[in-house]
Parts: sequence; C-alpha cells; structure tokens
Amino acid sequence: MPGPYDEMWEKLNLDLSAHEHLLQVLGKFYGDIYLSQQGRLKGMEYLDFVLSEVHGLRIQELQAAKAQGRKIIGTFCIFVPEELILAADGVCVGLCAGAEIGKEAAEKILPRNTCALIKSFVGFKLSRLCPYIESCDLVVGETTCDGKKKAYEIFEEYAPVYVMEIPQMKQACDRDLWRAEVVRFKAKVEEITGRTITAEKLREAVRLVNARRRVLKRLNELRAAVPTPISGRDVLLINQVSFYDDPVRFTAKIGELCDELEKRVRAGEGVVPAGTPRLMLSGCPMAVPNWKLPYIIESSGAVVVGEESCIGTRNIRDLVDETGQTLEELLDALVDRYMRIDCACFTPNRERLEHIVQMARDLKVNGVIHFALNFCQPYAMEAFKVGRALEKAGIPMLPIETDYSMEDVEQLKTRVEAFVEMVR
Amino acid sequence: MSERPSALVAGIDIGSRSIELVLLENGEVVHWDLLPTTYDPLKQCRSLLDRVQVRRVVATGYGRRLLEGNPGQLEVRTITEIQAYALGARHLVPTARTILDIGGQDTKAILLTPEGRVAKFEMNDRCAAGTGKFLEFMAVALQIPLEEFGAFALTADKRITVSSMCTVFAESEATSLMARGEKPANIALGLHLAVVSRTVAMLRRVGITPPLVFAGGVAHNPAVRRLLEEALGQEVMVPEQPDLVGALGAALHAWRLSED
Ligand code: SF4
Ligand code: SF4
Repeated sequence: MPGPYDEMWEKLNLDLSAHEHLLQVLGKFYGDIYLSQQGRLKGMEYLDFVLSEVHGLRIQELQAAKAQGRKIIGTFCIFVPEELILAADGVCVGLCAGAEIGKEAAEKILPRNTCALIKSFVGFKLSRLCPYIESCDLVVGETTCDGKKKAYEIFEEYAPVYVMEIPQMKQACDRDLWRAEVVRFKAKVEEITGRTITAEKLREAVRLVNARRRVLKRLNELRAAVPTPISGRDVLLINQVSFYDDPVRFTAKIGELCDELEKRVRAGEGVVPAGTPRLMLSGCPMAVPNWKLPYIIESSGAVVVGEESCIGTRNIRDLVDETGQTLEELLDALVDRYMRIDCACFTPNRERLEHIVQMARDLKVNGVIHFALNFCQPYAMEAFKVGRALEKAGIPMLPIETDYSMEDVEQLKTRVEAFVEMVR
Repeated sequence: MSERPSALVAGIDIGSRSIELVLLENGEVVHWDLLPTTYDPLKQCRSLLDRVQVRRVVATGYGRRLLEGNPGQLEVRTITEIQAYALGARHLVPTARTILDIGGQDTKAILLTPEGRVAKFEMNDRCAAGTGKFLEFMAVALQIPLEEFGAFALTADKRITVSSMCTVFAESEATSLMARGEKPANIALGLHLAVVSRTVAMLRRVGITPPLVFAGGVAHNPAVRRLLEEALGQEVMVPEQPDLVGALGAALHAWRLSED
C-alpha cells in the first residue's frame, strides 16, 4: 500500500521495500520498549510523535529547508561544532547509527571486527535505508578513533564527506591544531552554504545550541531526584532525538516536559517503586534505536538515572561562552568548549574519570554499568581505569561489551540482574 | 513425597543440561532430585515439582523465567545463578570467599565479601569455550564417556598444549593431533589444561581469595580439579554434590523469604 511519503523516499533513492521493513521493525521495537512503560509523562507524547515521524515529517521538513536553499549537514561525532552549521543557516543532523540492519552490506567492505556503530552508518548508506544520509549535502567525519577514520575513506566513495582533524591530546599545540580545524571547517561550511558566518550569526547560533543544552541539563537535574521521576529509557530517547529534531522546537517541548517533571518531583512521585536500585550508564554512545541495554537494565528491577556518554551528559555538560563580541572571540569560545570534551579517543583522559565519579556521587547511584561496543578499543580499554576509579570511590561497576544484535540478550540479562542483586 | 507437609520450600536450578531441585525444611535439606533438561524443560520442571508439595519456589539458572506466570501455581520468584551459587556455596562452606562454577553452558567466577555478599563476578560470554559443553564435545570427539573423561586425561604421560579454545577449532586440533599419532590421553589432558587456563584467567580477574569452592557439574571432573589446584597453588574445595549448589542457594533464598 503506497504511503504518504513514498514519493519523497523514492526521490531520495531509498530501497522502498527494505525501508518499509525497517520501519516495521522499528515500530514494533518502539512499542515493546517504550509504549509499554507505566506512568509515562504526558510530555513524552511529543517524543513518540517525533519518533513515529522520524523518516516522515522531519524528512519533509528537511526537504522544505533544502527547497529554500538551506543546506543539510550530517555529523557523526559531538566534536563537530554544530554552531557553525547553524550560523550559516544550515540544518545539522546527528546521523544515528544504532541499528543492525545493513550490517551484511557493511561487512562486504569492512572487517567483521569493526564496531557496530561504524558498520551501521556504512550499512545504512550501502543499503539505501537512511533518508537523513540521503538528504545530506555534506557529511562531516572526524579523526577520532581509527575505525571511523578509515571508514570515512571508504564512505567518501558513496557520500560527500569532509573530515575534521581532532587532536589526540590536550596540550597548547593541540588547541592550536583544533582552532585551525574549526576555522577550516567554517570556511567549508561557508563554501557549501554560500553564506558568510558573521559574529552576529554565530552568537545567535551559540545561544540557540546553549539553550538546548540548558534544557537538557535541566532535565538531568530534575531526573536526579530520589525517587527519579522519569525512566532512563525516556531520557535516552530525548537525548537521541535532540540530534535531529529542530533545535528551537525541541528546546520548547523539552521545557514543557521539564515543567511536568518539576511537578512530579515536588510531589515526590517516582516512576519506579521506592528503593529501586539506581544505576548510571557510562561509555559509548547509544544511537537510535539502540535501546537494548537500558531496556535490559530497566527490566531487571533497576532504573537508569544518568548517561555518561555522547548521547547524554558529554554533549551537554559544557556551554559555549556567549559573551564574545567579535567573530574571533566567539571562535575562541567555541574552540575552548569543544576541547573540554572528555572522549576516550584522547590521551590521557583523566577528566573523564573524575566526571564519572562525580556524576555517580551526585546521582546517588548504587552502581555504574560501563557500556563499550564490541571492538571499540578506546572505551573498552578505558573501562579498566573507570572501574578502578569507581572502586576507589566505593562504587561498583559492571563492564559490558556488546553490539546491536539480540543474540546475547539472555546472557546480558543474567549479568545485569546479578549486578542489580549485588548492589541492592 | 506428595504427603510432605508444606513447611517445605524449594529451589530449582534450570540449567542447559540438567534441572536440579532441592527442598528445605527449617533450612535443612530434606530432599533433592534432578532430571535432564531435554527439549522441553518446562515439562521437566513440572514433573520435578509435581512430586512434591511446597509453599514457595525460587528458580535460578538460565531458564529461571520459565516458571514465571505459571497459571494456577504458586508464585515463583527468581534469582540469578550468581546469587544462588553464592548462597549455596556459603551454606556449605561458611568461610568461602571465591566460588567457581563450571556448568554446561557457562563458567562463573564469584568473589564474596567476608560477610558473604557478592563483591564481584565474571561470566564467560556468548560462546561455550571453557565450559562443560566444551568438554562434552571433546569427550565425544575422543570417544570417551564424559564421566570418565577426567580420569582418562589423568593417565596422560605428556603435557601438550592445545591452543584453540573455540569448540570447533579445538576439535579439529584434537583430530589432527590424533592423526599425528598423539596418544588420546595426552590430547585429553591438553584439552583439560586449556579449560583450566581459561578458568584461572577468569578467577584472577575477580581476584582469588581462599577458601575457594568449586561447584557445577564440571567439578565432578578429577582432572579439572587437580589441574586447578596445581595452577592456583591452593586447595580447591568441591562439595559432595557440586551440581546441586545452585538449587540449594535458590532454596535457601526461598527459605529466607518465607522467614521474613
Ligand atoms: S565517543 Fe568520542 S568519537 Fe564518539 S561521538 Fe563521542 S566524542 Fe565523538
Ligand atoms: S564506538 Fe568506539 S570504535 Fe565505534 S566509532 Fe565510537 S570510538 Fe570508534
């Protein structure tokens, strides 16, 4: 049966029947994991709606923006300064890469022992399943981990790719490198969009993105209450949606949701029974629709109250200083803010350990579950140090390595349940 | 059995190879039973439970959820194998600090606090390397009955190294060793050594603290026991019925619940 968006999808050159299958799987998954929850907030209806229209309405909006001459720029990493894209009237979409579909296609050109995230974005492109990638005028890669770095070289043959060099350390010379990269990226964005980034435009963009970060910070402060008023799954979804929704609308909607949360917190209403163990997730990003681990945790008698991850606090902790007057000052502010990101691709990366311990304390968690995607060296290796730092602080940690497939769900359940029994 | 007073509580351990049942009265074991898991584990659980009358059941093992929401039956609670082995082993050896369980499909290493709470645990992941299943496959490959496999390995006159831990690769490695004329007993010992070295690595990750209790079906195997003691340089305590430890732990949990 032809649907309302078929024509648009066809124009975007999607594989219609495979895409239909993807939407069905996603819908079923969403129903099981999200819609089945008890005591959900009214404000989550917006998220349900956005997700149900993830390949529909939002793509239509992107096409409309394109028709007005705006450019769509896709990113895979929170290191890419979105502010520059917005300052040039571009639309920034964080490309998700959280589904297993397309894995077979990806494995034809990538080694099998590549992390699921990389396989996913390559797989999506090769199988023509992602209307976001297909809408992009530019896809921005970055030199974070080796897997991504080399994958972009291959990806380049299928999509317009631009790669930013991300430093590996945080010394003065690294900041210089990063500043040069930010300036180079600004020029690239200006070239693609045909617009000039002025101080005024950049300040406006900085404010816009800061506002979104602030509302997400507010959400995180509210959910830190004991008992927690919202499920970890729902907060993860909100973070995920923040990467591709319209920032102004999103900020307003999450603001409303926070008002609702505030009432709950004031009334002392929790989303789970009192005494439910509180856990924090830490590690690799969980891109849509990777809800596997939070779902397992929250079906094992615990609740997730924090995500120390790029689709979580790493993306919102620091704001860009808005007080700069000149373009140079604003660029410096941007450079400084992004240099503070504590990704495991950096060495050394002590800030992350401190952040994790602090966060675990602030959130009053019973334990931390460290999540690394299989074959992700930076995070899997850092898990050791994270575990030690937490141990010193007297906080138990369970390290999990997994991917997007469902074959290890039973084993994961046993591990997670045993951990919950242990920390209770 | 059906005439038993319902002061009884039961623990049932639904594993990949067998299902064990332990009944307690006032915290003491009064009855135990076991059946192979087969392809219809639920039926096997029912037949074990049908023979007894209990007022509470706690299930553990990888099939622990099987009995949940069983219509018309008493409420069945679940605990993980980790918790069950901790409780069971601690009951048998009150000073136990480390527990090793090698079952049909997985291996677990558990570190306990001095008070007996779980402090840390490790489990093997997706594959059967180093578990009972591995030994089972290898026994078949060498055409030795599983129950005798350990004793057979101990008749070896030489230590050879089997490098593959993958069940499939190890089997082909064993086959090629045989083709080269290696004595089957030596190959068997090599396979046991492989299991033990993997197990020791897991134990070291949780941090071995004596006394160490070795439970699960593979604890029956004398070669694994001896090689473990050798590798660790410490005594390995094996309960009389090592495969009942999980069910015992579950039963103890059931008893605690009914005391509350
Ligand atoms: S984990 Fe590191 S590489 Fe991945 S999105 Fe975050 S900052 Fe980028
Ligand atoms: S999850 Fe790890 S391996 Fe995968 S892209 Fe991110 S940093 Fe690289």
